Amino acid sequence: MLSLTHFLVLGAILFSISMAGIFINRKNVLILLMCVELMLLAVNTNFIAFSHYLGDSAGQVFVFFILTVAAAEAAIGLAILVVLFRNKRTINVEELDTLKG
Amino acid sequence: MNFVTPDFMPAMPEIFLLTMVCAILIIDLFLKDDSRGATYILSLIALVATAFLSFSNYSEQTITTFNGMFILDPMATILKIAICIVVFGVFIYAKDYLRDRNIYKGEYFILGLFGVLGMMVMVSAGNFLTVYLGLELLSLSMYAMIAMQRDSVVASEAAMKYFVLGAIASGMLLYGMSMVYGVTGSLDLATINKAVSTADRVVMSFGLVFIILGIAFKLGAVPFHMWMPDVYHGSPTSVTLYIASAPKIAAFAMMVRLLVDGLSDMHADWQMILIILSVLSMALGNIIAIAQTNLKRMFAYSTIAHVGFILMGVLTGTQAGYGASMFYAIVYAIMSVGGFGMIALLSRAGFEADNIDNFKGLNQKSPWFAFVMMAILFSMAGVPPFLGFWAKISVLQEAVNSGLLWLAVVGVITSIIGAFYYLRVIKVIYFDKPVDNTPLHASMDIRLALSINGMAILALGLYPTALIALCINSFS
Repeated sequence: MLSLTHFLVLGAILFSISMAGIFINRKNVLILLMCVELMLLAVNTNFIAFSHYLGDSAGQVFVFFILTVAAAEAAIGLAILVVLFRNKRTINVEELDTLKG
Repeated sequence: MNFVTPDFMPAMPEIFLLTMVCAILIIDLFLKDDSRGATYILSLIALVATAFLSFSNYSEQTITTFNGMFILDPMATILKIAICIVVFGVFIYAKDYLRDRNIYKGEYFILGLFGVLGMMVMVSAGNFLTVYLGLELLSLSMYAMIAMQRDSVVASEAAMKYFVLGAIASGMLLYGMSMVYGVTGSLDLATINKAVSTADRVVMSFGLVFIILGIAFKLGAVPFHMWMPDVYHGSPTSVTLYIASAPKIAAFAMMVRLLVDGLSDMHADWQMILIILSVLSMALGNIIAIAQTNLKRMFAYSTIAHVGFILMGVLTGTQAGYGASMFYAIVYAIMSVGGFGMIALLSRAGFEADNIDNFKGLNQKSPWFAFVMMAILFSMAGVPPFLGFWAKISVLQEAVNSGLLWLAVVGVITSIIGAFYYLRVIKVIYFDKPVDNTPLHASMDIRLALSINGMAILALGLYPTALIALCINSFS
C-alpha cells in the first residue's frame, strides 16, 4: 500500500533532480527550461498527495492553476529563447556572459 | 455547497484596471505607429483612475471577500496607491527613451499595466493561490518587457537570466507552500496562522525555509541577489525603471502577507533567517557598489543594500517595525524611480547615459537637474533633511526598540560605507568638466515629472510625519 510518505519522497526526488539539472547543466538553455517544468511538476505531485490524504480539494484546484501558469511560463521562456538565439546564434549557457562586473 | 455571490466592491480597483487593460489592448491594435500617444495617455488615465478607486475604497477595518482570498486593509490601500503613482512616473520617464530606440510600442504599457494588476493582487492576497497568481502575473509581464528590445544582445540575455532565476524562485516558493499546506491542511493564510501552533514543527520549518528563499529571491536579498545587477544592467533603462521600483513594494507586501499574516507564530524561526539575510545584504550591497562604474549596476547594488533595511524592519516582529519597513519600501520606490529617471533623461537616440562618467559636469549643462540628482543621491545615502534619512532612521529606531542594537549598528556602519559611492557621483556632477557638451533635450512632461519627483523627496523629507504616521497606523 502506498502511503503519503512515498509520494512526498517522489516529490522531493523530482525536485532535487530539477535543481541538480539547473545547477550542473552548463550546455543548453533548453534543458534549463525542462528543469523548471520538472520543478513545477514535483510541486504538483506534493500538492495532489497532500490533497488526497487530507481529503481537501483546495490543493487539487491549486494544481490546475500551477499547470496553467506553467504553460504560460513555457511560452514566454521559449519566446525569449528564440530572441536570444537570433541575437547570439547560440544557446550555450556558458556563452551567456556578456553581462558582468 | 451552495454558491454565494462574493462582494465585488473591495476588488473594484483591480476589476476596473483589468477592464481598462483589455480595452487598451484592443484600441492599441487599431492605432498607427504615429498615434501611439493615445495608448500612453489611456494608460496614464487608467493608473490615475485605479489609484482614485483604491483611495475611495479605503476602510479602517479589514474587509475580506472571495472566501478570504482577497483582503482589503489600510496597508493594501496605501500600497496600491503608491504602486499606481510610481508606475505613473515610470511611464512618463520611459516614453521618450522608448521612442528614441524604436520600441515605442503598445506592449510596453499593456504589459506594465498587467504587472500593476499582478502587484495589486499580491498586495491584497489572503490565500496562497492569490499570492502565487499575483506574483506570476507580475513576473511574466516583466520577463516579456525586458525582452522587448529584440535586437539587443544584452537585453535578451538579461531576460533569459531573469526568467530562469525567477522561475526557480517561484518553484521554491511553491514547494514551501505545498509543505505548509500539507501540515496545516489549508491554503488560507488566516486559517494557516491559527493552525501553526498545533502543526508539526519540523515540517513547518522546512516549508518556511523554502518560502523565505522564494521571497528573498524576489526581493533580491543576499545570497539570492545574483540576478539583480545583470538584469538591471541588461534591460533597456525604460524597463529597469519599472522592475527596480514598484515590484519591490509588492515584494514587501508579499513578505508581510506570508510571514506576518500567515506564519506570525513562527516569528522566532523566521527572525533568525531574516537577520542573516539583512546583515549580508547591507554589507555586501554597499561594499560591492563602490567598485561599480556603471550607474545602473551601482543602483542595483544599492537596491540590495536598501532591501537589507526593509528586511530589518520586518524582522523586528512589531507593528511599528512593519510600518517602518512599509515606509522604507515606498520611499525606496520613489528614490529609485527618480534615479533611473535621470539616466533616461540624459540618454538620447544612440546614446546610453548609464556610466558615471556620463554625468560629468551635469551642473554646467543643467543646474536644476544636477540639483534633482543630488537630492535623489543624498536621499539614497540617508542624509538629512531628505526623505531617505527618515526611512533609515525609523527602521533603525524599531530595531533598537526591539533589542537588536547590534543590528542597528551594522546598518549605520554599512550606510556610512555606502555614502562614499553616492558622494562620488555628486562630486562628478558638480566638480568635473563635462565630456560631451550636447545640451539636454527632453520633452516637457519628463522634465516636469522629474522635478516633482525631486521636490517630493525634499518636501516629504522636510515634513515626513504625515506619511510615517500613515504607514505605522495602517498596521495597528
